Amino acid sequence: MKYALLIYGDESEAPAPDSPEAMAVMKSYYDFTNAINEQGINRGGEALDSVQTATCVRVRDGQTMTTDGPYAETKEQLGGFYLIDVDDLDAALEVAARLPGSHHGTVEVRPVWEVPENMPEGG
Amino acid sequence: MDARKAVDDVFRAEYGRVLATLIRQVGDFELAEDAVQDALAAALRHWSRGIPQNPGAWITTTARRKAIDRLRRDANYAHKLEALQYLVRLQKDDDVELSESAIGDDQLKLIFMCCHPALAPEVRVALTLRTLGGLTTPEIAKAFLTSESTMAQRIVRAKRKIKSAGIPYVVPDDRQLPERLGAVLAVIYLIFNEGYRASYGDEVVREDLAAEAIRLGRLVCHLMPNEPEAVGLLALMILHHARREARSGADGSLVLLPDQDRSLWDRRAIAEGAALVSRAMEMGDRGPYQVQAAIAAIHAEAQAAEHTDWREITALYAELQLMMPTPVVALNRAVAVAMARGPEAGLQIMAELADDLDGYHLFHSARADLFRRLGRVEDALACYRRAIELAGNEAERAFLASRVRELSE
Repeated sequence: MKYALLIYGDESEAPAPDSPEAMAVMKSYYDFTNAINEQGINRGGEALDSVQTATCVRVRDGQTMTTDGPYAETKEQLGGFYLIDVDDLDAALEVAARLPGSHHGTVEVRPVWEVPENMPEGG
Repeated sequence: MDARKAVDDVFRAEYGRVLATLIRQVGDFELAEDAVQDALAAALRHWSRGIPQNPGAWITTTARRKAIDRLRRDANYAHKLEALQYLVRLQKDDDVELSESAIGDDQLKLIFMCCHPALAPEVRVALTLRTLGGLTTPEIAKAFLTSESTMAQRIVRAKRKIKSAGIPYVVPDDRQLPERLGAVLAVIYLIFNEGYRASYGDEVVREDLAAEAIRLGRLVCHLMPNEPEAVGLLALMILHHARREARSGADGSLVLLPDQDRSLWDRRAIAEGAALVSRAMEMGDRGPYQVQAAIAAIHAEAQAAEHTDWREITALYAELQLMMPTPVVALNRAVAVAMARGPEAGLQIMAELADDLDGYHLFHSARADLFRRLGRVEDALACYRRAIELAGNEAERAFLASRVRELSE
């Protein structure tokens, strides 16, 4: 079986970037990634940028509606995800508008936070 | 002319152009903005000794030099080596003449970036005024009645989103253009309306914002001359703005269209607006801005209120309602129908709108006016009182209160 592990948390409580606390959190993620790599069970994953960079797309009656901010409804649930690699947000929004999910639900488009492959020195 | 004033003038006139060019050259919105700010600070120091012959070009060159300084200094921009090399090359042929079309293209990209639908609407407005209007953050904060720090934070957050979310610096392709141009025009109209009818506060017209919106509208029409809705919006704003002197009395009170002193209307502006409406309509793709502008033109061209062609206006509102099926458009059509066919016909349409528009003060004042004309004083008074409760603008409240006094006598 494959499973997606979806990470939820309160961004406002996250430690300041580059602080010792943030480095500790990062280290724990690197450790976790290494551990599941060694187990041979990792099928991929990404860190996401802050919710402030999020954009939502809905298509209704052929009209694309784009709004600033993360998906905030609680009566609809996460049903899946795609990871795409395109030039810019316009291209990503165009793909999101083609995704069937955007025609009955909402697709949140969030940039991947490019994490360095190895834990930075001094962490 | 002193240096401060010269810098202010250049800031207003050239900021958007200089910034747009620099964003393309350095490939980074924030860096470009910082560099232009550096250049303006330098201008303040240098120009006290003498103002350069071409202040705009001086700012552009200096800003480019400042961008290079920042790229060299700041480790965060270390990955921007390519941009740095490119800039240094530009610096060597210091007299790079930018063609008008290249500058225009950059400005268009900047407009589309600032009005991107992935930004919140109030952010688009602030960013557009800041980057293309050359308004300072305190000026924008004042215009929108928020604190300077709130506005500054809003702008910083927007710039961060542009960068991290990858909002591109491009003119959208043909498939995306209709939606995106719509977003640009909506931002400009929002700025205009904020200037034209302040929703809070005491002034009926905040001319600065209205004039700024018209300037932006002209810019878009200049850059995209074949977009009928852009021309339609410009016409609409010019026609409304032409009546600004007549919209308020000597005491600052609100004067409605039928009671306005038409000799105060700006006839030249009306002629320009009407010509723009015709030009837009000839392009053959009618849209809501053009139809609203056509309605405004009919009002503006009537020599006296009683000469208004209400049948034509009714027909245009029916067309507009097909394009924008909203209760507010339906209300406007009802008012036109009342003028063309009598108050009862208008009230009949309004009765169907009560559920949607009960919280809208203009719905109640429009009904009040029709009741008044039918001599139904009690109904009119009740509606005026409800309208006063809901009105957000002091001038409007004062106007409605004066109507209540007249009827109560």
